[in-house]
Amino acid sequence: MRIVVLMKAVPDLVEEIELTPEGNDIDREFLKFVLNEWDDQALEEALLVKEASGGEVVAVGLAGDADIDQSLYTAVAKGADSAVKVIGEATQTHERAALLAAYLRENPADLVLTGVQAPDDLDGQLAPMLAAHLGLPHVSVVVAVAVGEGAVVVRQEFAGGRSQEVSVKTPAVIGVQAARQTPRYAPISRIRQVMQSGALPEVAVAAEASGSGLRVRRMYEPEKTSHAHMLTGSADEVAEKIIELIRARGLVKG
Amino acid sequence: MSNDVLVLAERVGKQITDSTYELLGKARELADAWGGRAEVALFGPSEGAEQLGGADAVICIDHPALSDYVPEAYETALLHVLTQRAPRLLLLSNATVGLDLGAALSVRWDAPLAAYAVDLAVDGDALVATTQILGGKILAEVELGGSRAIATVVGGSLPPMTPAGSAEVVTLAPPAELDSSRMSVLQVFEPSGGDVDITAADMLVSIGRGIGSQDNLELAEELAQALGAPVSASRPIIDAGWMPKTRQVGKSGLKVKPKAYLAFGISGAPEHLEGMRSAELIIACNTDAKAPIFDVAHYGTTVDLFDLMPALAEKVKG
Amino acid sequence: MSLAAVLAESVTRPVFQDIGWLGKTTFYVVSTLAILVFAWGWWRRAAKYRRGRPAGRAGVLRAGLFGRPFAGVRRREDRSSVAAVAANSSIIRRDRGTGIAHLLIFWGFLTAFMATVILTVDYDIVRHLSRLITGHEASFFHGPFFLVYTFVVDTMGVALLAGLVYMGVRRGLRRPGQLDYTRAEQPEGGYSRGRLVAGDWVFLGLLLGILVTAYLLTGLRVLSQDLPWFTVFSPFGRLVADGLAGLGMTPAAAASVHTVVWWVHAALALGFVAYIPFSKAMHILIDGVNLLAHDRSATRRLPAPAPQKAGYSEIGDFTWKELLDLDACTKCGRCHDVCPARTAGAPLSPRDLILDLRQWVDTSAGGITLLDRETRTDATGPLSPNGHSGIAGRVVSARTLWSCTTCMHCVEVCPVGIEHVPTIVQLRRRLVDEGTMDPTLQTALQNLATQGNSFGKSARMRARWTRELETPIKDARKEPVKYLWFVGDYASFDDRLKVNSQTLARILAQAGVDFGILYEDEWNAGNDVRRVGEEGLYEMLAEHNIEVMRNAQFEEIFTTDPHSLNTLRNEYPERGAAYKVWHYTELLAHLIESGAIPVRPLGYKVTYHDPCYLARYNGVVEAPRRILAALGCELVEMGRNRADTFCCGAGGGRIWMDDSFLTERPSENRIREAVQLDVDNFIVSCPKDVTMYGDAVKTTGHEDRLRVRDITLLVSEAMVGPVDPPGALVRATA
Repeated sequence: MRIVVLMKAVPDLVEEIELTPEGNDIDREFLKFVLNEWDDQALEEALLVKEASGGEVVAVGLAGDADIDQSLYTAVAKGADSAVKVIGEATQTHERAALLAAYLRENPADLVLTGVQAPDDLDGQLAPMLAAHLGLPHVSVVVAVAVGEGAVVVRQEFAGGRSQEVSVKTPAVIGVQAARQTPRYAPISRIRQVMQSGALPEVAVAAEASGSGLRVRRMYEPEKTSHAHMLTGSADEVAEKIIELIRARGLVKG
Repeated sequence: MSNDVLVLAERVGKQITDSTYELLGKARELADAWGGRAEVALFGPSEGAEQLGGADAVICIDHPALSDYVPEAYETALLHVLTQRAPRLLLLSNATVGLDLGAALSVRWDAPLAAYAVDLAVDGDALVATTQILGGKILAEVELGGSRAIATVVGGSLPPMTPAGSAEVVTLAPPAELDSSRMSVLQVFEPSGGDVDITAADMLVSIGRGIGSQDNLELAEELAQALGAPVSASRPIIDAGWMPKTRQVGKSGLKVKPKAYLAFGISGAPEHLEGMRSAELIIACNTDAKAPIFDVAHYGTTVDLFDLMPALAEKVKG
Repeated sequence: MSLAAVLAESVTRPVFQDIGWLGKTTFYVVSTLAILVFAWGWWRRAAKYRRGRPAGRAGVLRAGLFGRPFAGVRRREDRSSVAAVAANSSIIRRDRGTGIAHLLIFWGFLTAFMATVILTVDYDIVRHLSRLITGHEASFFHGPFFLVYTFVVDTMGVALLAGLVYMGVRRGLRRPGQLDYTRAEQPEGGYSRGRLVAGDWVFLGLLLGILVTAYLLTGLRVLSQDLPWFTVFSPFGRLVADGLAGLGMTPAAAASVHTVVWWVHAALALGFVAYIPFSKAMHILIDGVNLLAHDRSATRRLPAPAPQKAGYSEIGDFTWKELLDLDACTKCGRCHDVCPARTAGAPLSPRDLILDLRQWVDTSAGGITLLDRETRTDATGPLSPNGHSGIAGRVVSARTLWSCTTCMHCVEVCPVGIEHVPTIVQLRRRLVDEGTMDPTLQTALQNLATQGNSFGKSARMRARWTRELETPIKDARKEPVKYLWFVGDYASFDDRLKVNSQTLARILAQAGVDFGILYEDEWNAGNDVRRVGEEGLYEMLAEHNIEVMRNAQFEEIFTTDPHSLNTLRNEYPERGAAYKVWHYTELLAHLIESGAIPVRPLGYKVTYHDPCYLARYNGVVEAPRRILAALGCELVEMGRNRADTFCCGAGGGRIWMDDSFLTERPSENRIREAVQLDVDNFIVSCPKDVTMYGDAVKTTGHEDRLRVRDITLLVSEAMVGPVDPPGALVRATA
């Protein structure tokens, strides 16, 4: 079974996000990019699937993504069998989906896993879009994947704590919300070893042009409508104040 | 092309969800602005159509493949409705169903999609969506060009509509593709009974990543016991398997509205805030004074939770 | 007594009195067997050590043997000399009574051993050789030589006896806590250390038995010979003889009892010889070597991982010195006693760690230990089956390994030169490779890898604390400075510490010090990352910092953080970055004493906490005390000070891990110690200490009695002189 994990580099949210002078995009020039956390979950789930049922895990990113190499090398250090960069650049999910669909048409996979969403996929999520291009079944918000005969059984989550188990014929595209366990740690020495073993192969694809049809008018930071009234002092003093607050609402006796 | 707005109805059991009414309210508003109709697509047995009074029409498709929520079947059916009714705008919830269908239909129905929308408005000829990206740090105002569009709307951002009267019911014949499915639902898991219902509690002691390790749950349990309140948690705690899903507060968990919500070690990801922001009193404890939780909390403190929780428990016990 | 009489050959003692040829033959056969068993036992042990990697300690050993002859005799040094071993310095240093008792046993035993060797040389070699060569038997075992021999052996025997009795009373009656073998980590299936206790008593008992029978023998012989005059040279043997005679024993009776006791003595002595390599007694031969091969600096400057390996997983990964360390342990419990993890209720005791590893290595490598071992009903911990991996995590649990704060107190106090900390780090490296770690630690490491700091904050925020300063700090990347200030993560990012960093910057600016910082290009120095066992990340951080430092122009470095100081001073040079590295207290002391910082006396009554990485690791103990003296503060020392300081619990990456499972955090233990002193200020000189003890005074409820303050704030308060810029000095009293 060939499992492809699609990885995307996204702005590190610990950074202060700055906007371009035009105010209709984020300024990417000085931003630090890290792997989309949901893609990290997808990778972990793929590795768990491989450990349980065998198969080959290939991590795939876009060559145009800033700092994507680091994430791809890390994927290999964690246990992916290989990593590939697809030549191309995409700021919108529509472009990304078209490029990766072209790659997957030429290099078919039995199972495609990727993060259910990314912090910046304003024009939609990758998994369903990619599946639509490829004509494959897809399921999103998945928290567990198990491999069966010609199909995978995935657990899909809904609001309110409901979930369902869905059997999906392969090949299929899965949008992973969370892996069954916390993504593993890749020791830096192993990542460095992987890096030293050679550059990442790059694959050129012939993708159709595609756009999202969206036009960003402006971006802005949400106004903070309010801020909590901060309680200060020692733990004891703060505890005292909190108890007064809840007592005033009749929630604690005495 | 029409000026209609289509909403996909979601049901839990036989009950139409709150998010459907939120979408319907916006659909009504936009349809009125455009001079079109607000329509709702309802799949599976048509139970629930009577709850959709605020719409102009309920478009029903029934087929065995639609009795459960099967993503593929729903996509097929919805695409069929879109082709048949040709609305100007499709509104979906930005939750599981919307995440499944929105982006796929954006490609298959060839319409731009605005994800994570918190509001939509008509500006002259244009439809403008306000969307929330980068973990809530940035809002983007986007124009959806062309003659058709899709938006997935974040739950809780729009006021729900109160249904009134009754809508015309239009039943469409199921498309033939529904007969050949590559997907089937094996089992549905309802939130396990037996456990406490955190949505019914007056007060919640809620914990997040800041609790550090599973052993420390004891601290929360102890405080909760002293207060007579259940313990709830944010997503990371549930994902780590430290607490059951039934205790999860947030978009992918439960929405709660207690009289008091005590948040310990919760930074306040949008996912979480969506589930608790309407609590009457929110008190947050987080050592990071810049944590977003403090933007929704009424009271906050940066005291270490490992000091505060025992201090609170002790004082409550007297 | 005439000289002639003394010189007479008759002034001697028979070697085999009344034993006969059959007895003699039996004795020689049994002796040979005992020696063979002894040799076999050591051959087995040596084979085990040879499975270890090279330790690179040949130079250390050579220096110990032939280098500075008195190294380590008077004070603790990185290395020991033969003289230090002979003087038992490392044992006496921290426990005078026990140390002196050990010294008596050490020399008493050595004398007895030498006496036996001399006797053997005379009786079995000189006698036979002379007969072969000259035709008649010669012997030097008579006359004056014999008298001196007798006197020395007899009196040293008493020294031995005194030592043994002291140890017996200590172990049996006084029972100090450090000899309690209760494990720090309680295995689920239970365990028994009864055999360890038995091993101790057998060891002590055998020595005592040999000694008592020896005196009895002397007494019986003297009595059977009718108390010849020269036996006064065995004063204590003579005393026994007189006693026996006083009890009414006749010379004839003494002669017959003598034979029986002779055999008992012989059996005990030969049994002991055979027993040595299989028991606690092996330390007699091992520990001197282990001390001579010991190098304390290996903890300060950690060894690299074994080539092609990420940490230890099998016996062959250990160096021979590390394997020798395991056998060297005598369970004295000093490390167990001082360990902050153990004190805090964590599952780590350095003693247990060494004992568990020893037993596991012995069992897996076919070593034989008769008594000194733990028993369990299941094959867990030290009884785990031999395998390719799993030392870290199975033989020693991951929780135990993660409990170490790398405070180095165990290494510091170990009287036999065991280096626990490097071994723990080697095992942690394995855990890191497997990804077995606290989620909070994993997050910290990931933050360090992406942003160069453990706070998960943007690297660009590192110098944000400088924004409020009136005079901007020079950018050492852009202009030359005398001092590069390596600020460290905590002093840069922690909101509570911002004030301290700003204050130090202002003091230095006023004192006219030419300094600069690296702004966002400073990354975590990596000291604790390395001690966590994430070697790759450490290399990455160090390489980055070294690259940045190479492109900056400065003469010397000072740092706020003792942890950074340790790696900058001791580990960066190996990577080609050898700079003079100061701690800010050294700089401040110099500035105050040279008058660059004029101060007025404050008159506070304070105590001072030595940071482990400053005091124990790097010996910086006087500078902060000089500052306090210059500020006119009365310093009341805590019992555990300087190199014996007690860890705050934050080191070795512990600050990134969960500590709520501890029964008493080390920092709380320390605050309780300080509160006893009735001082009003608890002075620290490490940013992490400000946070650790700031929390601990709160959690122990001593917030109103004790103020935790960085020494910088005291200096600032005491500063007089040039006009303070408005709001420049943070009034610590506010």
